[in-house]
Amino acid sequence: MNKQLAFKCLKAGFIGLILLLLYAPILLLAVYSFISTDIIGTTGSFSFTHYTKLFGDPIILQMIGNTLLLAFLAALLSTILGTLGALGMFYCKKRTKALLHGASQIPVINAEIVTALSLAITFVTVGIGKSYFTMLIGHMVICTPFVVLSVIPKLKQMDGSLYEAALDLGASPFKALWKVVLPQIIPGVISGFMLAITLSLDDYIVTVYTRPNGFETISTYVFNATMRGNAHTAETLSSFWALTTIIFLVIVLFVVLSNLPALRKKEAKQ
Amino acid sequence: MKIPRFSRKTLCIPYAVFLLFFVIAPMLVILVYAFTDRNMGFSFGNFVKFFSDPTKLSTIVYSIVIALITTVVCLLIAYPVAYILAHSKMKKKHVILMLFVMPMWINFVLRVNAIRELFNWIGLLGQANYFNTVFGMVYDFLPFMILPLYTTLMKIDPSLYEASYDLGGNAFTAFTRITLPLSVPGIASGVTMVFLPSMTNYVVSDMLGNSMVTIIGKFIYEYFGSDWHMGSMVALVLLIVVFISTFLTGGFKSEENVRGANL
Repeated sequence: MNKQLAFKCLKAGFIGLILLLLYAPILLLAVYSFISTDIIGTTGSFSFTHYTKLFGDPIILQMIGNTLLLAFLAALLSTILGTLGALGMFYCKKRTKALLHGASQIPVINAEIVTALSLAITFVTVGIGKSYFTMLIGHMVICTPFVVLSVIPKLKQMDGSLYEAALDLGASPFKALWKVVLPQIIPGVISGFMLAITLSLDDYIVTVYTRPNGFETISTYVFNATMRGNAHTAETLSSFWALTTIIFLVIVLFVVLSNLPALRKKEAKQ
Repeated sequence: MKIPRFSRKTLCIPYAVFLLFFVIAPMLVILVYAFTDRNMGFSFGNFVKFFSDPTKLSTIVYSIVIALITTVVCLLIAYPVAYILAHSKMKKKHVILMLFVMPMWINFVLRVNAIRELFNWIGLLGQANYFNTVFGMVYDFLPFMILPLYTTLMKIDPSLYEASYDLGGNAFTAFTRITLPLSVPGIASGVTMVFLPSMTNYVVSDMLGNSMVTIIGKFIYEYFGSDWHMGSMVALVLLIVVFISTFLTGGFKSEENVRGANL
C-alpha cells in the first residue's frame, strides 16, 4: 500500500517538475513585467511601466498589428482553400487522391527552412518581387495542408447519403454543400482555422524569406532586437516581458472560455 | 444545351493548382539549382564542394549530435508524461495535457526569448552554449513528442492489459510486450517531428547558443545571401532525409494530433 502511494507521488512529482520547467521562463517574465526594472534579478517597485512602454511605442504596436492581420488573412484564405481542397479530394479517384495527399504532406513534414528557401528562390526566378502577396503565399503554404488534414477525418465520419438526399429533394449542389455537408465538417474547419492562426502567428523563418522590405512581425522584430540590438535595447527587451505576459493571459483566457461549455455540460450530467 | 452535372471533384482544383505552383514547382526549382553551377550548367560540384569541406562536415556532425540528444531527451521526458497521463484515472487529466501544450501557443520567438532571459539571469547565457541550445530545443519541441505518444497510448485497448494479467504477466511484461510495441507509431511520428526542426531551426541555436552554435539550417541561411546553388544543395539533402524518414515511419497522420489541433 505504502509502495503504491510512493509511486503515485513519484508520478505526480515528475509531471510537476516538467511543468515547473516549462512555465519557469514564462512566469519569470510575467512577474518582472510588473516590476520597474529593465534587468531581471534586480529589484524595483510594482509598476505598469513596461505595459505603458509597450502600448506607447508605435513601431511595436504596428508590428503586433501586422502579425495579427497577416495571421487572420493567411488563416482565412488557407481555411477556404483547404476546406474546398479536402472536399474535392474526398471525391476524387484513388490515384488523384493519393497524389494530392502526398503533395499536401510535403510542407507538413519538410523543414521550414527548406520550404522558405524554395519559395524565395522560385519567386525570384520567375521574376516576382517580394511583397505582401509572396509572404501571404508563404504562410498559406505552411497553413493550408494542416487545414486539409483536420477536415479529412470529419469528411470520413460524415453521412454521405445526406448530400444525395438533399439533391433528390431539389437542392442545388452548392446549396447542398453549404446547408448539408458544411455543418457536418464544421468542427474540422474551425480547428483547421485555429491551427492555421497559431502556425502563422508562430512563424519566423518563412516570413523572413518572403516578406517585403521593412515589414516586421512579432517574430522578426523580437529576433532582431535580441540578436542585433539597437539604441534602446534594454527598454525594448523589457517591453517584450509585457507582451509575453499579455499573450500568455490571452491564451489562458481562451483555453478556459473554450472549455467552459464542456465542463458545464459534464457538471450538469453529474 | 444540357449543363453538365456539377462534380464535387472540381472543388479541389484551386488547391491542386496552389500545390503545383507553390509546393511542387519550388521543390523542382531547388532540384535544378542543386545540380547546376553559377552558369546554370549541370554539375555535381556543389555536393563535392560541400562534403569535402572539413569545417562543414564537423558542423554537420555537431548538428546531428545536437538533434539526436534533443530527440532522446524529449522522448525520455515525453514517454513517462504521456504514459502517466494516458493511464491516469484522474478526471482532470485533459487539463494537465492542456498545460503541456499551452506554452506552445505563445509566439515561438517570444518563448525562446523568455528562456534567454532566464539563462541570462542565472548566468548561463554565453557560458554553456550547447547545453542552452539543447534545453531550448527540448523546451520548444516537447509537445510534438507528447501529443502523438499520448494519442497512440490512449488507443491501446485496456482489455489487452487484463488479458496479460490473467495470463500471469506483471506490470513490467505488460509494458514491454504490449505498451511499447503498440506505441511505436507514436514514437516514430514524435521522433520525426522533433529531429528535423532540431537540425534546422536556427532561431533557437542563434538566440540561446550566443551565435556560437551552428546547425545545418544555418548553412541555408548563410548560402541564401551568397550562393543559391549551394543553398539548394543543402536543402535537397534535407529533403532527402525527410523523404527517407517519412518512408520509414509511414508518413504523417492527421489523427496523431501533432500540433494539438483536436484538444
